[in-house]
Amino acid sequence: MSEQTIADIIEKYRGRPGAVIHALTEIQHANHWLPREVMHEVADALEVPFSQVMQIASFYKTFSLTPKGKHEVHVCTGMTCHLRGGARLMAKVEEITGLKPGETDTDAKFSLEAGSCLGSCSIAPELIVDGKHYGRMTPERAADVLKQYE
Amino acid sequence: MPRIQTTAELEALRAEILAARDPAKPCIAVCGGAACDGLDSAAVATAFAAEIAKQGVAAKVDFRVTGCHGYCNKGPNVLVGPDDVCYFEVKPDDVPEVVESALKGVVVDRLVYRDPASGEKAVHLSEVPFYKHQMRILTGDIPRIDPTRIEDYLAVGGYSALAKALSQMSSDQVLQEVKKANLRGRGGGGFPAGLKWETTKNAPGKTKYVIVNGHEGESAAFMDRAMLTGNPHKVLEGLIIGGYAIGAQQGYIYTRHDSPSMARHITAALEQAQELGLLGENILGSGFDFEVELHFDVGIFVSGESSALMRSIEGNAPEPRPKYIRTSVSGIWDKPSNLNNVETWANVPEIINRGADWFTSIGSEKSKGTKLVSLSGHVVNSGVVEVPMGTPLRTIVFDIGGGVPDGGAPKAIHFGGAMGRSIPISMIDAPLDFDGMSKLGAPIGAGGLLVMDENTDMIEMARYLLDFLVKESCGKCTPCREGMYQMLKILSNIIEGKGRKFDLERLAELTEVTSLGSLCALGKTSSDPLKSMLRYFKPEFEARIAAGSAAGSEAK
Repeated sequence: MSEQTIADIIEKYRGRPGAVIHALTEIQHANHWLPREVMHEVADALEVPFSQVMQIASFYKTFSLTPKGKHEVHVCTGMTCHLRGGARLMAKVEEITGLKPGETDTDAKFSLEAGSCLGSCSIAPELIVDGKHYGRMTPERAADVLKQYE
Repeated sequence: MPRIQTTAELEALRAEILAARDPAKPCIAVCGGAACDGLDSAAVATAFAAEIAKQGVAAKVDFRVTGCHGYCNKGPNVLVGPDDVCYFEVKPDDVPEVVESALKGVVVDRLVYRDPASGEKAVHLSEVPFYKHQMRILTGDIPRIDPTRIEDYLAVGGYSALAKALSQMSSDQVLQEVKKANLRGRGGGGFPAGLKWETTKNAPGKTKYVIVNGHEGESAAFMDRAMLTGNPHKVLEGLIIGGYAIGAQQGYIYTRHDSPSMARHITAALEQAQELGLLGENILGSGFDFEVELHFDVGIFVSGESSALMRSIEGNAPEPRPKYIRTSVSGIWDKPSNLNNVETWANVPEIINRGADWFTSIGSEKSKGTKLVSLSGHVVNSGVVEVPMGTPLRTIVFDIGGGVPDGGAPKAIHFGGAMGRSIPISMIDAPLDFDGMSKLGAPIGAGGLLVMDENTDMIEMARYLLDFLVKESCGKCTPCREGMYQMLKILSNIIEGKGRKFDLERLAELTEVTSLGSLCALGKTSSDPLKSMLRYFKPEFEARIAAGSAAGSEAK
């Protein structure tokens, strides 16, 4: 992720106070987290107080104020996944990665997130790594999937 | 494509597209919906493209990747036209045989549906039990459309309703038609869309907004995503017609940020509609100007609530407002703003094209048209289902859903996700409609239907749902923030065997206070699942508390 990309995103929304969420979302997608100095740049360029940028960044769950791991691991905790063994899957993924939802390991290899509902209920429970969906996941198979990302 | 100036030019373009197509030519449609994607339908699609190139038959067979076909748990789904042969669980290795068979007009026997009990085959879409009991007015075109190509939508009659509305009807006539159709909001409330439109239309001020709520935060609901990803133009056409009827100049589509294909398809649809002149200034020479912007939620449940959603479009944190300020009169930037759900908008072109009388001929007495249902949980066949309003739940769970896997028995049906309600299976003959289900204490919500089998622990489900809502509460008002937390604590105690006498009374009291005192729907309905479970499954709670105290006294 180059600084140029972030600068380009901010430039695109310069002078548009209503576009804070758009700008932060794009930066989050590209950079996987929102460094404080970048949020200051967003505030200056979009002409909103830093406190408002911070309010939005800290309110929405999508935004991360700390660096994320190289691979984003997501276990769906929606209703259908829960009914069909999502909690056991989460326990196994926590065991494999040594993380709780919301945490990143010290090598910045994995970040673990819980989230619902991702809408693939028909193939519940689901494990998602870097946006790739793995349906009908069992705790046993989760280990094999995660190995591919080490 | 050049900008279209008149309805005659639109029809000429449609005729040109259709003339270039041979209806008898085989067409292979690979489902790229959310579930099929999770079952790696992308690999199947790649294999088809490669095989067609290898055999050099691109001129003899059409191929497209489409949105959700519906029968999600049997994915990857492949549908072969012209006579709709359904193939299920297709693997890349099956591809050469499917292509050869399509060219020869024969069927690959081993990939068609077989009844799990009788082994009986069903080859065509209209014969497969999952589809046979449905009425796919909104979703039927999805397998026939590449959602990224506006030509495909025009080929199935797309934008003819918009042309009709703009050229033959006044904005009042459009509004009256929707009112007469008694189209009720599909997002959960079932409020008549026509009345809501009228409020915004009559509200003072020139600047007005219309909004598609595609947030779909309801857990176990995935039909709106299927609709919006699979046929974005249909929803957009409904929105433009609504904008015309209401007198809005600007529309917004608000949807999830976590589905890349949905974002891609909507963005492409907006660009193509703009290019063709179906959005922008002077649409089809009518003098009506309309623009649409795409906005994303960024991961919090409450942003699907109408006033919170509008704060989010303004670029603010999505805190809901008290409901005495109606968004229909004062919404985005305090301008009149009409918000409807994806499915509601998708019905509009059908109503304009086929008329209110046709629409009211479908459904039950007070709920008209069809309803999209996301069927999942402990059920054999899971996916996106479309049935006429008033269809008995039994048809959905057993005839379409195939009942509980492994011969299990269902215990409860849950509607409406985390803020929905559960009813016992003894009520399975109830019809699916707004009023009937509300009377039973299980409003259909947006249409997420979850089947729970006999082994489901209702107390644990209630706790799980509250745990979810506690984390999603925005924290602005106290009854929601604190009330739910206390309920969660009591339920956790009961589950851990530390339930006390009068816990159920305390829970009942908390559900009342939270419902009455909270600002928005999240708080008001947060205790709905618990209320329904206490209403229908109370003995389970009592037994658990009794067992807990028995175990406790033994330990002493």
